[in-house]
Amino acid sequence: MADILSETLGWLLPAPHDFRAQLKAVAADGSVPDAATLMHLSSFALDIDRLTQLDRLVARSRDRLAAGRLSPLRLAILADGTTDYVAPAIRASALRHGILVDTYVPAYGQGLAEAMNPDSDLARFAPDVALVAFDHRLFGLDRAQMDPALAAAAVTAAIDSIRTIVAALARNRMTVIVQTLPVPADPWCGHLDRMQPGSPAAQVIAVNAGVVQIVADHGAILLDADALAASVGRSRWFDAAWWHRAKVPFALDLMPLYADHVGRILGALRGKARKCLVLDLDNTLWGGVIGDDGLDGIRIGQGSGDGEAYLAVQAAALSLKARGVVLAVVSKNEEDAARLPFRQHPDMLLREDDIAVFIANWNDKATNIAHVARTLNIGTDALVFLDDNPAERTRVRQMLPEVAVPELPEDPGSYAPLLMRSGLFETVGLSEDDAKRAEQYRQNASRTQALEQLGDYDAYLSSLDMVCDLAPFDAVGRTRIAQLVNKSNQFNVTTRRYTEADIAALEADPACFTLQVRLTDRFGDNGMISVVIFRAEGHDWVCDTWLMSCRVLKRRVEEAVLAAVAQAARKAGATRLVGVYIPSEKNRMVADLFPRLGFTAQEGPQDDSGARRWVLELPSYAMPDLPLHLTGAQAPAARIPA
Amino acid sequence: MTRDEIFARFSEVFSDAMDIDDPELSDSTTADDFYEWDSLSHVRLVVALERSFGIKFSNSEIESFKRVGDLIDAITAKLG
Repeated sequence: MADILSETLGWLLPAPHDFRAQLKAVAADGSVPDAATLMHLSSFALDIDRLTQLDRLVARSRDRLAAGRLSPLRLAILADGTTDYVAPAIRASALRHGILVDTYVPAYGQGLAEAMNPDSDLARFAPDVALVAFDHRLFGLDRAQMDPALAAAAVTAAIDSIRTIVAALARNRMTVIVQTLPVPADPWCGHLDRMQPGSPAAQVIAVNAGVVQIVADHGAILLDADALAASVGRSRWFDAAWWHRAKVPFALDLMPLYADHVGRILGALRGKARKCLVLDLDNTLWGGVIGDDGLDGIRIGQGSGDGEAYLAVQAAALSLKARGVVLAVVSKNEEDAARLPFRQHPDMLLREDDIAVFIANWNDKATNIAHVARTLNIGTDALVFLDDNPAERTRVRQMLPEVAVPELPEDPGSYAPLLMRSGLFETVGLSEDDAKRAEQYRQNASRTQALEQLGDYDAYLSSLDMVCDLAPFDAVGRTRIAQLVNKSNQFNVTTRRYTEADIAALEADPACFTLQVRLTDRFGDNGMISVVIFRAEGHDWVCDTWLMSCRVLKRRVEEAVLAAVAQAARKAGATRLVGVYIPSEKNRMVADLFPRLGFTAQEGPQDDSGARRWVLELPSYAMPDLPLHLTGAQAPAARIPA
Repeated sequence: MTRDEIFARFSEVFSDAMDIDDPELSDSTTADDFYEWDSLSHVRLVVALERSFGIKFSNSEIESFKRVGDLIDAITAKLG
């Protein structure tokens, strides 16, 4: 029996029966589909044939296609076995996660050779990301070994091959995704296999431990294909008949699931993962209707199947909050009734202070959901909306197609598993700041209320007691710096992306000035909120990267950053700061950052990338009075020596 | 299922796997009749047929498929 939750991508709407006709309509008269249309078409649960059809539609108009909200990404796929099915499936599935993928696949068996050769077609393709997906059978790990030394040699050889290729790719500035090898389904001795180092299963398990270490050593990203295979069943995953016939590495029926997992990792790498879970209440977080059934009438907690199922939804939400996902409530209810279980029901896991934004009224849910996004200062495309009511789901999908709305079956027992398997909150790394983020958003909502009470904005800023810490990059901040560099889109003047290894190299580069900025105030710790890189070029310091979290807009942090850069530049003997703005789909917010900070447009020819350059003459710069207390190794003195 | 019903469902599956609108199919149709019917799409077709009809083909059956009629016959025999 197939696993219907995962295998059929049960959190997505089923594909419409006229899917092919819809594709044809989109491409009618040679017209080019836009990003929103492609994302809509990819939002359904598509089988391998429909993924292939969608991919064909994209391919036909690829050179005329405007990326729009999609982030373009160049992906090299280095895999054993047949890759003809996986590449189209990944391209089509990645659209669902906001990524427009172009792929390069080396000829059969040429992956290692091309990765090692700087003049290969692979190198010329200049991938942003490489996916390394090997199969245990092509390492000979399907052969049982009676001699433990031979087994150890086979394991070492496989690990060394993977390490060699990952190291070569990482050296060429690619983000490398490495796959674990699914443990084979078929036993050798049987239950003894795990005890016998020479069994195929034990050999593959040993290689996977090596893969995890390789990922850690090289700052790569793990795709846990073994966990994925196990989740649907290894005997479903492996399809020996098609392996023998055509070297298809796993069951083609599972290709949509696999490709969606690749897509969600690519999305997470580009900051497309969702940030906030918006929850309905009645029959989503508890059984029954609080307004009708009252506190003792709703079903929540131990003792009934439904009550425990709703409890599992709350536990899932809390587990997401623990790693930085913000929780919100949007419910059609009287507010007092809606809040009652959070305040008084002994079996509720969720409490009022877990919820950053709580909206209970009789307005249209789409309107309320948009309000949640505005209050948190995030895009509606960062939201997931969980609601048991199909009519509400349909309405929200129509009004706000960029909000992810998981499909839910009737039985609440499936809600939590579907939410967690949907991968909408996929992450490729956790930092200490993630643990604090949900709390930070809740504090931000408190700040909004404080401003409403105080009225005057300058008085409000002073009342925040802000402490801004400015320090150069260091090993402690590295993960968070890389995360911000790869996720920030709006307040980001150049949108340059760097791997964690690149960030480490910048720390040691004497020609680079780096800044990690943290901000606390009386409502709490915002964590690291800004990252800045300037490069010294003669008497100029040229902006390489300047990004900031939108959570701290209009707090005058950017002015403190400029003062820090200006002070360091003067000390180093520079005479000018050069600001660079490279327009993207999302960073219009900072198009005028440099003129706002007192830079003037640079004379002379601009380069053809659309980049604009601005200049600040350092002798004429004076640091303004700021409502921030400045600390850290790069904190500017209040009066900067000329 | 009657042979006609099987043929009708086969046509739908074929249309999706090959991405062809309303293909004109008969028992004597072969891969030579459609540019889209190559070795890659053939694998997807066979897998989609297995999924749609809830059956599994053997290697010898797959190797014997020359014409659409061969596929229909094999499905009909399996559904018995």
